[in-house]
Amino acid sequence: MASFILRRLAQSLLIFIAATYLMYLLVALSGDPLQDLREGNAPNKEALIAARIDLLDLDVPPYLRYFIWLGGIFGLTGKGFGWLGVSVQNQPVNVLLGQAITSTLQLVTIAALVAIVLGLIVGITTALRQYSAYDYGVTFLSFLFFSLPIFWVAVLLKQYLAIGFNDYLRDPQIPWWFILIVSPIAGAIWSSIIPGSTKRRWITFGVATLATAGMLGYMQLTDWFSSPHIGIAGIIISAIGIAFGVTALSVGLKRRRALRAALVTAAVGIGMYFLFMYVLSYFINEWLLLVLGLVAVGVSYAIGWFMGGDDRKPVARTTAITGLLIAGLTVLDRYMSVWYVYSNSGRIKGRPIATIGSQTPGLEGSMWVHGVDLFAHLLLPTIALILVSFATYTRYSRASLLEVMNQDYIRTARAKGLTERTVVVRHAFRNALIPIATIIAFDIGALVGGAVITERVFGWTGMGQLFQNGLDKVDPNPVMAFFLVVGGLAILFNLLADLLYAALDPRIRVS
Amino acid sequence: MAKTKKTTTATVGIDTQNDLAGIEVAGLSQGQIVRKRFFRHRGALVSMIVLAFIIVMAFTSVGTQVAGLRIGGWWPFSWDSTPPVIDGGRPSMWLLPFTVAFTDGGLSFAPAAITFGEHPFGQDEVGRDIFALVMRGTQQSLMIMVIVGLLATVIGTVVGAVSGFYRGWRDSVLMRFTDIVLTIPVIVIGAVLGRRFGIAGAPVLALILGLVLWTAMARLVRGEFLSLREREFVDAARVAGASDARIIFRHILPNAVGVIIVNATLLMAAAILLETGLSFLGYGVQAPDTSLGKIISENQAAFATRPWLFWWPGVFIIAIALCINFIGDGLRDAFDPRQRKMPSEKALAKAATATRTQQSPAGVPVVVESLPETEILPNAIAPAEDRPLPDPTDPPTGGEPGPDDAPGSGR
Repeated sequence: MASFILRRLAQSLLIFIAATYLMYLLVALSGDPLQDLREGNAPNKEALIAARIDLLDLDVPPYLRYFIWLGGIFGLTGKGFGWLGVSVQNQPVNVLLGQAITSTLQLVTIAALVAIVLGLIVGITTALRQYSAYDYGVTFLSFLFFSLPIFWVAVLLKQYLAIGFNDYLRDPQIPWWFILIVSPIAGAIWSSIIPGSTKRRWITFGVATLATAGMLGYMQLTDWFSSPHIGIAGIIISAIGIAFGVTALSVGLKRRRALRAALVTAAVGIGMYFLFMYVLSYFINEWLLLVLGLVAVGVSYAIGWFMGGDDRKPVARTTAITGLLIAGLTVLDRYMSVWYVYSNSGRIKGRPIATIGSQTPGLEGSMWVHGVDLFAHLLLPTIALILVSFATYTRYSRASLLEVMNQDYIRTARAKGLTERTVVVRHAFRNALIPIATIIAFDIGALVGGAVITERVFGWTGMGQLFQNGLDKVDPNPVMAFFLVVGGLAILFNLLADLLYAALDPRIRVS
Repeated sequence: MAKTKKTTTATVGIDTQNDLAGIEVAGLSQGQIVRKRFFRHRGALVSMIVLAFIIVMAFTSVGTQVAGLRIGGWWPFSWDSTPPVIDGGRPSMWLLPFTVAFTDGGLSFAPAAITFGEHPFGQDEVGRDIFALVMRGTQQSLMIMVIVGLLATVIGTVVGAVSGFYRGWRDSVLMRFTDIVLTIPVIVIGAVLGRRFGIAGAPVLALILGLVLWTAMARLVRGEFLSLREREFVDAARVAGASDARIIFRHILPNAVGVIIVNATLLMAAAILLETGLSFLGYGVQAPDTSLGKIISENQAAFATRPWLFWWPGVFIIAIALCINFIGDGLRDAFDPRQRKMPSEKALAKAATATRTQQSPAGVPVVVESLPETEILPNAIAPAEDRPLPDPTDPPTGGEPGPDDAPGSGR
């Protein structure tokens, strides 16, 4: 296995280096780097040109200049290891990259995660409800998303979602006609997703409609959009729901022991909610939050382990997932609690959904306020960015699961009396994931490419800007820094996909 | 293709059964089968009509210009004429018999006339007719799309065919080169090349983009050739003394044509989005040429005051890309020999009530060629036929053995 990884890594690195060579040549030959100086009429024109030639080694032809750049990365030019050269304005590219990389990686990572989670869930449910109205609807939507130009959507989102929603937030009312229209639609969607006889479908429809109407009514009565919250009641209901849901998916509700353990975890989680909301959260930073999250998972796992009885591992897994989800909800509620403070602070002035930039400059406040700020800035670019990926993942996971569900071993599993849950979750889902892993790894490059456009529309100073500025000035160094990160990501994800393959499919014997 | 199949009901005629199981009894040629299946895909059929309508409208309305030669059209305005601005350039078209306004209490409706007007899509700030502009942009985008699609398909097919058929060092060299190009995101390499060649005009840009987009096609064709060259009919041809060229062109290529055509359409959809994206970034089509992406890019700042400058080019991009995606999907279904129609649950229930009196032996699955429909990729837009199936006990997702190759022959 190790030799396989090493060989794959070596192969990818060689290809990557060749790709950087190609890229460097293309950028260097894409125009005249001295054009602006030649066309200008500065009195010391000749001196300026000579200075730039000296700065960027323009007297060396590009196919050799590449090796100066490569040598810089390996520390051969005496500027230290990983030196990426200087830009036209004589700024070190390492510094430029350092400023740009955080916001872009944030955007791409979050977009990728959201797209994977949503795409898998929707893809799998459509495959299980093949040919339902829900399936057709999602299919049409994914075709539509395939065909949307990102920049067009981004501008629309900016205009209608951001500005419209900000206007709405000035006086957030949910009118009764909106509730009347939306509730039956929600009911219809749920009854299309959840299978059963006609009678059961109607019951689902009724319950979902009433629940939606109730929730919207509650939001209207409590002025929810001005000060969003989950609240202790919401946490209790969700925690119990999570305990049941995770148990049902993970081991099945018939395992009473697991259900009891999950409910105990939920109870502990509800108890921790008070401690966290009113005490702990005032004293921590991002890293401590991460540690607390790990502690939550660990404690939940331990609960499952001690209550699990004979077959501990699945129970412990169930409780660990339950604990993680409840902890996540608690943190979400904590973030929501500063929403009012955030949106009414002097910098925001009641228009929280941002359309420009990746953060509010000069914003003061706790880590919670900064978290909300990040969310408000990431919301629109992420939506614009995930549409295509979401469509891809949905289609592929649907096709993949359908393919698997037609296999002999699924019939065997059903024939020997396994429950539908076991068949789908344990036998089909795992195998359906294998081809999806490759698709996702391939898609990361496209995601970063999309980020270039999205960043431009939303005015982010990220990697997209680094790339564009470099390209406009025929300056290979910043462009290559951009490409190093993008290509590196692509190679990393391909490697991860290979590892995932081996983990998911024991048949893969690497030779 | 025809095979015997068990039937448990006498109420359904043989023809209907064959039709609904997708089995062609009479000796149909491959082309006939494909055509028949394609026309059964409603989404693809509608898309083809819409796309044809767009193409005809784009080229006849404002005419076109080829190498300085101007051919006029039936639309009164041209994309470079500047008639006086009427009503602030607002679109004069209104296709609903009422107007809708959001008020505090909810929605309010007022009656209005359906009008078409002089400038249905509106005008920009200097008075150019947006309809004419969008039609010209559509022409250019369509042309770029077709050139990119053809060129990338040819290059991808040749590279894939050579490396898949000959294997060995040719395969290694070509595939490593493909990997190298594949490492660079399409939009990045497109931007770099577009910066250099965009100024040379839209056709040149299209050729350059064609040189970038062939990689996925090459991989797919290679995979197809790798598996086809091991088949018996290739051995038979070789034993009969056929040359490599004859084997490639007469024996393997016709069998791979489905994959190639399907991916060529998907490539075209990708090409139109890439071109508009690049034009938006400023690395695509340059003035005086125009394209749909360029119109959007030019008018982005005016969005708050003149949103119609922005709406219509976008709508046409989406319409074209959507049509092509659907056509590609229909072609995929049509070319996939494993594709079989599966009736919906409703149809099964209907069949169940129809056969209840017939005392069908429950639990006997219907053998449909032993190959059920396995969906390969997006195709479910064509609704399952609402026709009865002989035996209701066969579950829709089937319990039949599926083909064992990986899903996703496309994209």
